[in-house]
Order: sequence, then C-alpha cells, then structure tokens
Amino acid sequence: MRLLHRENIEDIAIGAAILGTGGGGDPYIGKLMAIDAIEEEGPVKLMDPSEVPDDALVVPTAMMGAPTVMIEKIPRGDEVLEALKMLERKFGKRALATISAEAGGLNSTIPLAVGARLHIPVVDGDGMGRAFPEIQMVTFHLHGIKASPMTMSDEKGNSVLLEAVDNHWVERLSRAVTVAMGGSAMIALYAMTGAQVKESAVHGTISLAESLGRSIREARAKKEDPIKKIMGMLNGFELFKGKVVDVKRRTVAGFARGEARFEGIDEYKGEELLIHFQNENLVAIRNGNIVASVPDLITVLETETALPITTEGLRYGYRATVLGIPCNEKWRTKKGLEVVGPRYFGYDIDYIPVEERMGRMKK
Amino acid sequence: MSLRIGIDVGGTHTDAVILDRDNRLVGAYKTPTTADVTTGIKNALNGVLKSSGVDPSEIKAAMLGTTHCTNAIVERKNLSRVGILRLGRPATLAIKPLTAFPEDLKEALGNIWYIAHGGHEYDGREISKLDEDEIRKYAKDMKSKGVEAVAICGVFSPVNPEHEKRAGEIIKEELEKIPITLSHEIGSIGLLERENAAVLNAAVTKVAENAINAFLGALKEAGVDKAKPYLTQNDGTLMSVEYAKRYPIRTIASGPTNSCRGAAFLTGLRDGVIVDIGGTTTLVSMIVKGFPRESAIAVEIGGVRTNFRMPDLISIGCGGGSVVRMTEEGVKIGPDSVGYRLPEEGLAWGGKVVTNTDIALAAGYAKIDDEKINLERLKVLDRDFVNKAVQKIVSEVEGCIDRIKTGPEAVPVVLVGGGGIIIPPEVYSRLKGASKVIRPEHFQFANAIGAAIAQVSGEVDRVFSLEKLSRDEALKTAKEMAISEAIKAGAKPDTVEVVEVDEIPLAYLPGNATRIRVKACGNLTI
Repeated sequence: MRLLHRENIEDIAIGAAILGTGGGGDPYIGKLMAIDAIEEEGPVKLMDPSEVPDDALVVPTAMMGAPTVMIEKIPRGDEVLEALKMLERKFGKRALATISAEAGGLNSTIPLAVGARLHIPVVDGDGMGRAFPEIQMVTFHLHGIKASPMTMSDEKGNSVLLEAVDNHWVERLSRAVTVAMGGSAMIALYAMTGAQVKESAVHGTISLAESLGRSIREARAKKEDPIKKIMGMLNGFELFKGKVVDVKRRTVAGFARGEARFEGIDEYKGEELLIHFQNENLVAIRNGNIVASVPDLITVLETETALPITTEGLRYGYRATVLGIPCNEKWRTKKGLEVVGPRYFGYDIDYIPVEERMGRMKK
Repeated sequence: MSLRIGIDVGGTHTDAVILDRDNRLVGAYKTPTTADVTTGIKNALNGVLKSSGVDPSEIKAAMLGTTHCTNAIVERKNLSRVGILRLGRPATLAIKPLTAFPEDLKEALGNIWYIAHGGHEYDGREISKLDEDEIRKYAKDMKSKGVEAVAICGVFSPVNPEHEKRAGEIIKEELEKIPITLSHEIGSIGLLERENAAVLNAAVTKVAENAINAFLGALKEAGVDKAKPYLTQNDGTLMSVEYAKRYPIRTIASGPTNSCRGAAFLTGLRDGVIVDIGGTTTLVSMIVKGFPRESAIAVEIGGVRTNFRMPDLISIGCGGGSVVRMTEEGVKIGPDSVGYRLPEEGLAWGGKVVTNTDIALAAGYAKIDDEKINLERLKVLDRDFVNKAVQKIVSEVEGCIDRIKTGPEAVPVVLVGGGGIIIPPEVYSRLKGASKVIRPEHFQFANAIGAAIAQVSGEVDRVFSLEKLSRDEALKTAKEMAISEAIKAGAKPDTVEVVEVDEIPLAYLPGNATRIRVKACGNLTI
C-alpha cells in the first residue's frame, strides 16, 4: 500500500490518456476532482491486488456517458459516492476498496476521487488495461462477474438500482438511463470479492499509468525522447512514424467512426499507415497489411512531445509515432475475443497478436 | 473622399496606415511600441496623418488592434475585481470556479465566486430552475465586496443561454453600471474553459475601457472627428467600441490575425499559408476563405486554460535576430534572439553574435541598406556552415508550412514581416509544400493594413438535439443564426457569407445530438 499525492495524480492522468488508445475521454475533469478531494481529505491509498482480503467487497466506480457532457456539466462530486453507498446498502456490507473499471482515459481518475473522499483504498488495477466503449467489455465480465446489481446516480439526487438478466442487458438499460440523466451518470457496478479482484482484474495499471506519465514529464524536462522508454514499459512496438495526411469521420449510432491516414517519415518514408477508429483506435494497416488490431492497444503519440493524440484530436499535419501494445492475456482468450475482438466491432478479420504480426513483418 | 485608418500594436513596432475607398494605400507610418502602448498609438496616428498630409476629417473609420488586454493579464496589472456567478447547482460543485488559476492571478481578481441554481442539459432541459432571490442575494454580496465586473457562466449556455441572460438582468438591477460578461457570448462547450475565458474578459473590462477612451481621445485630438472607431478582434473582424468594452478579451492575439488578413489582402489570396517572420519568431498560419483558421484545442492565456477562440498559429524561434550555432547534431537556430539589438550585436554590424540575418548577408542573397554593416566581418564564417545554416532556416520554415496545411497538396505561401529577408529568393520557386511564394509590396505594413480592411462577423456554436430536427435543418438554422448575427454587428447584408462550418457529433451517446459551429462575415457598412 502506498499513498498518492497531487503530483502522482497529474502523472496518472497523462499515462491514462496513453492507455486510452485514442478514446476514453479526457482525464482533465476527473484529475481536478481527484486533486480537489486529496487537497481536502488527504492523500489516497493505492493497494496492490495481493493486499486485498479474499472476502472483502470491492466495488468499481466510474463515469458513464459522453465525455463532452462531463466537461460541460461537471459532477456535483458526491453522486459517485451515493452510487457506491446505494450498492453497499443493497449488499448490506461496506466496500473495503474501489477499483477502476477502465484505466484508459477519464475513468482512471474517478475511483481516486472516491478513495480520497471515503478514505478507502483504490486497488492498483482495472478491468481493461485500456479503454473500451461498453459495459460488458471488462475482464470482470470474462470471469463471469455480474455487472448488476448496478447503481447510477446523477447530480440532482436521482439514483437507479438496476438488475438485469445479463451484462449485455445492463449495457442497454443503463445507456438509456444515462441519456435520461442528461448524457452522463456516475455508476457503481461489478461488485466483487477480493478473491475475484485478484483473479479477474488487470493488475498494476494505475501504477503503470503513473510511470508512463512520469516518464513523459521527466523526459520533457530533460528534453529527451520518452517514446523508447514508454515502448519498453509497455512491451510495445513502433508500428509507424509519420504525418497525418487525411482524417475521415462519420457518426454511426452514437459512435464517432473514421479513418486516419499517415504518410511515413524517416525510415518509413514512402510507406503508409491507415488507422480505423470508433472512439478508440481499432485497426492499424501498414502498406495494406494489418499490423495491429483490437484488443491490442494502438496508441498515437505526438512525436515531439510523446503526448497522446485522441481520435477527436487527430488532424492533418500531426507528426506522430504509432505504437502497438500487447493487450492483457485475458482479452486473447476465445471469450475475450468474442467480447472485444475485431469482429465485435465489425471488422471481418482474425485477431493475431501484435508481436506475431510484427515478427512476421520483420522476416 | 472617405478614408480608413488602421493601427496595429506589435511587440516591437506600432504601425498605422491610411487606405482610401478602393483600399489603396494613402499613407503608412512605423514607430516603436511604447511601454504604456497608448503613447505609441498616438505617435503612429499623428505620424501617419502628418506624413500623408490627408485631411483628418476625411477619415470615416478608425480601426485599432491593440495589446492592452494581453499585457494586463500577463502582467496581472490593473485587473478588475471580478464576481463570478456560475449557474448549475447542484451540478458542477465538484470543481469550483478559479480552481486551476495561478495563485497570483486568483488574488488579483479577488477570489469572489458563487454557484447558483440554474443551467441546462445538453438537450436544453433545465438542470434546475433559476432562483431569482438567490441571485439577488449573491448580487448584494458582490456589491458589499466591491466587485468591479461580473462574469456569469451557466452549464450548457451555448445550447440555451436563457438563464445567463436572466441572471445578467438581475445583477444589472442590483449593481447598475458594472460590466457583465455572459459566457455563451465568449466561449464554447467546456464549462471550465468557457468560465475562465469569461472571468478573464471581466477582468480586463477596466483596462479596455481606459484604453478605448484614450484611443477616442487621441482621435479627437488629432482632428479625426468624423471617424467611426472600431477595435479588431482575433478572428480578423471588427468590434464597435461599445462591443469591445463588453468583450475586450477578443482583442487578444488580434495582431497576428491582422497580419494574416493584411497578407491575404495584399496578395488577393483567399486560401493559403501566411509566413510572418519577425525579429524573434516566425508565425505561420493558414487562411481559409481569407480568414485565419481557428485553433481546435484549448489555449492558455496568462496561465489559464480557456476555450476562447484563437487563430491557429505555429510559432518557432526563428526570426531575423535568432542566434545560429554549430552543435554536435549540426546547425541549431534560436530559440534565443538578439531581437531589436541586431544592429549592435549582429556580426555584420561589428557585434559578436551570428544571427540568421548575418547568415543571409554572408550567403549573399540579402541586402540591407545600412552603412554600419561591413560584409568583410562575415568572411570568418565557414562556407559550409553558412550553407548548412541556410538549409536549416529553409527547412524550419518548410516544416511549419507542412504542419499548418490541411492537405497534402502544395499551397500558395505569402511571406510577410521584416525578417522575411532570411529566406533566399532563389528557393521561392522550390519551397517544399508551396505552389508559389509571394512577397507582396508593403509587406512590412501587413498588420496595420489587416486592421484597416477588417470585416464584421457573426458566430454560432451550440449543440443541437436531433430528435426534432434533421441534421440538415440544424445546419440551416445555425447558418441563418450566424448570418443574422453578422448583420446585427454592422455587416452589409448583401456581402455576408458563411466562412466556416464545423460539426462535431457527441461521442458515446446515441446519435441524437451534434455540435455545430458556424461563422459568417461581411463588409463593414460605412
């Protein structure tokens, strides 16, 4: 167990954006909420999964809905606490800790604010190791943990306790409630035991986000190139280095879909990379060959600053280094690929791990 | 004769020009920018009148682009005590107003804020009812705390501004003459950034009031008593002085914009890249339909994150006075510069520093008419070093052009600013990314000319719910709103055209809302 202070939160927010693979929402608001909570209540405890007692109740907390809504209608601040308490009442038991459902993007920071406000630890891990758009897309789901009973709260004091037959129904029903609540809601779901946390969570992702953020901060201060270091920390591959030459976008059923085309520079001169995205980056194709696909992480970093570029922020002229990062092993199972494989997102391709694809490219 | 005068305050010089009805240059004058800004403006005004010999009463419009407000924020000087009223309770309590402000700025503003009921959802529903008694109570509290300006910011006010407007009326009843800033008229979606922009605007209302009064005084003193006065804003369009007193923050970064607009005007170009090389920096921007493209990301002003619209500029430390060095990785340029001390410190002038200008002189493509220059002094420079430095200057500028462009096609490039001599004319025909390079006549007055030819605009930025409207209907509504705003601001109706349309769907929500931004512009009626 260790304590997280203001500077740690700043680093986590930057690292979380890298794990967001282009989506997951800007961690800025969540970061300010967590910092505010820490300044009023003191530092937040970060607990390794191995330290969680097997019979303890652990409840993930998160924000659901449109990040654009959240940057405008900032939360009241305690609605997420209300959601958590309501779930505790349902179980008749206090939560020993909270955990992030999604370490990529803004949901990395929400549980940190919860931990600081309620003086409970945050488990160092999450349910994705990246960002994904739907509720059943968590490793908790792969381990048979039920998303419901789920609670949702808004700033007005409305709360909903939702029980559904399966996690897909949870997604469908909670999405409708989110719209009624004004496009964003604070949620608690996937309540589980300490034993289940150990088994089902992706371990160490909050620390990972922090280390990534710190590397970028330190490298910028020393005017060094942090990208190599980041790649090492993530066991990632450089998929491409180039310049954005074209971005096409369209909206399909509430999701911002599109393609970004990169033209190679330096050793990639004369080559081309195409990224397909749906909020997050999903498939990367170099010179007609797929080099990485979901659930592996495809992250676009501005070459000069190593700061991540979101799919909303992609535009012509950016010099970017594109990284392919192996996802957690849990996503590579048959069930994992059913939930978040390329076919779920509408791409008729087989998933091949990025390290295999890159290995073949080299031969 | 009806003449226009344009004045632009830059970092080193304050320039003034006079244009006639057909936009022909009748007079031009350059004078150093002064610490108080206003004296420089007076000098420029008097200088251009005297040197051109025009009758001051012939001048029918006077346009000023000034840095008063930028300086006040950066230096934390003469800022007003601001009462901040946010409408959104019970939402938004998690992050208080001024949270991410630097401490010294927070203190300068008085740290006076309230979060009241009100505000809207993304689809226009109320979050909570506006409580008029609550607002009246806060207004009285502001009065007791000696507030000099008020900023009001409601949740989703760009979608529905009603609560901000009503709260503004109530505050006005209580505080009478105090200037009130409504956030929806300043910024777009993003509560904190918009609120910050509104707060900064309120903070500079006093500075702006004084600067504008000084400008009006200077015009009167110089006999320019038939001119309608305007201030230029950073999108290249004009504000009446009444409007500028309410929204002074819009003057920030109007200088680079004026230079851009001036370059577009001098060349007749509507779309292309403007490269403005000064003493210390090169500013590269993109004009689309004759206007600078706006930045899509949050911009910081005085250490505060805002979403106030700003021209999309790439700035690099490569100007006429930038220092050139040989390092292990090759030739390095800037970012330090000798700036206005070039005629003392530059190698060709007998100084010790090798600058971009020295390189241009040594390579032989630049000529400067200055008897203090002795080209013999440049003989110590290694030929190979000079060639590499020239290549470096060119590749730095090419890099900026490439970054600012929106497509892979080559585009026309306009080169303005006094530092432009560092680009060898022989590369004009083969500059990467450029279909041609134009160095227009009067390039050194591009900024003041940009001020003098500024147009009038109207803008809309809001989220449309697509439950009752089709996407096309929403776009049409937005365009009509922008056009009517432009006409309200003083544009000749038959010259108004839509210059920008931007649509951003809201992610992670079923497809029922989209954010549309439209801008329309037209010629000033005089």
